[in-house]
Amino acid sequence: MPDIPDNLLYSAEHEWVRGDASQGAVVTVGITDYAADALGDVVYVEAPSVGDDVKAGDVCGELESTKAVSELYSPVTGAVVEVNEQLENAPDLVNSDTYGEGWIFKVELSDQPQDLLDPDAYSDLTE
Amino acid sequence: MTDLHTPLLAQHQALDATIVDFAGWQMPLRYSGDVAEHQAVRNAAGLFDLSHMGELMVTGPDAAAALEYALVGHMSRMKLWAAKYTMMCAPDGGVIDDLVVYRRDWEHFMVVANASNRVEVLAELRERITSGGFDADVADETHTIALIAVQGPASADIVASMCEIGADDPPALKYYSAANVLLEGGHHAFVARTGYTGEDGYELFVPADLAADVWELARERGADAGLIPCGLAARDSLRLEAGMPLYGNELSRERSPFEAGLGRVVNFGRADGPERGDFVGREALAGIREAGTAHTLVGLVGRGRRAARAGYPVVDEAGAVIGEVTSGIPSPTLGSPIAMAYVSREFAEAGTAVAVDVRGRHEAMDVVALPFYRRGA
Repeated sequence: MPDIPDNLLYSAEHEWVRGDASQGAVVTVGITDYAADALGDVVYVEAPSVGDDVKAGDVCGELESTKAVSELYSPVTGAVVEVNEQLENAPDLVNSDTYGEGWIFKVELSDQPQDLLDPDAYSDLTE
Repeated sequence: MTDLHTPLLAQHQALDATIVDFAGWQMPLRYSGDVAEHQAVRNAAGLFDLSHMGELMVTGPDAAAALEYALVGHMSRMKLWAAKYTMMCAPDGGVIDDLVVYRRDWEHFMVVANASNRVEVLAELRERITSGGFDADVADETHTIALIAVQGPASADIVASMCEIGADDPPALKYYSAANVLLEGGHHAFVARTGYTGEDGYELFVPADLAADVWELARERGADAGLIPCGLAARDSLRLEAGMPLYGNELSRERSPFEAGLGRVVNFGRADGPERGDFVGREALAGIREAGTAHTLVGLVGRGRRAARAGYPVVDEAGAVIGEVTSGIPSPTLGSPIAMAYVSREFAEAGTAVAVDVRGRHEAMDVVALPFYRRGA
């Protein structure tokens, strides 16, 4: 069973969102345990850059494992205000601390997020 | 439908492996993690279930002559207990499968085929034996034989510790040779010093009903040395670093052994040397050898971090397509992306700068000599 913390919101593309999901707030984004497991050991993360505008549902980067590559989607719309620099040298944090040090980027929301899933709804999606 | 499984499926499930369909078999893709498993084989030892591989027994008075005709190698010259890497080709020179053949007795060869090609290799062997009028039989023993590999620098000590005292000594085996060995518990195993990882290693062919015992014995004896179970993901990254071709990627019906840089496995015999009988594909392969090939298999090392993957176009500095990637990964050992690709002959020299179209962006790569990794380097 994938680990799906109760205190986060989720996208159908297997990203998680932490924080107050309302316009103007800054939220943290990563990929879920389910997605990290499917990829295998992540060896390279191409995250968006600080200042980039990202749009919910659009591709904004990619994650590469030895076995596969997967696109990174933004679950929210806004401006990227911080990127996890640790992933440059330790991309495996995405696997080992998926919901903690394995976060990928932070976004200042320009729109009220829509279509994000609560833990139960996301859990249904992974079954 | 994935309805085939090895006698070790319960072991894989107990280890919480990620199970995938591979050529119709339920196989472990990974246990702990791709990179940890890869590094274990490079630095200590890894344990693989390869029981999906096909074991085809060719026996009879004409067994050697039949294989000499059916395959591209000079099989009748094989010594007892030797292993030989060879191929089965179509009449047009395309590769039907790449194989390892073991001579278990003068009239008994074991042909180990890729799982995806087992049925076709079996049918072709039978057809070629019949059409050549050979007195030989083929039996498919895939479901009665399990294949367990112990690979890595610690493998000789581990396999030795699995044997009864006084049994034949696996560390004394030469590379690409085999022996019947008595394992602890009185189990007989056919043990070969072969593998597909670029490391020293052993492959243990054991009766299917003993597979679980031998698997657990290997785990117990290897634990202190750092042996861990390894899945197909690690097997693929290890073989790619070692520059070894994979059927379906580097090898196919559409390519000859010469394009793959493996022309040396095709033995035409020599006027001044031992005679070599006719074999299927001889005429076409001789023509290809004479004419040369338009494309050559090369190694590529990326200068950036994004990896090329199978099917991506290789382009020259002007952006024109000059070839295609057959396998590619971010190499755990080199720390850079590596790939194998077929490119036009004029771009095949080591040091040539090329690029690969990685999902719309050109990534700079350099042509290098294979393999990417050589043990002890």
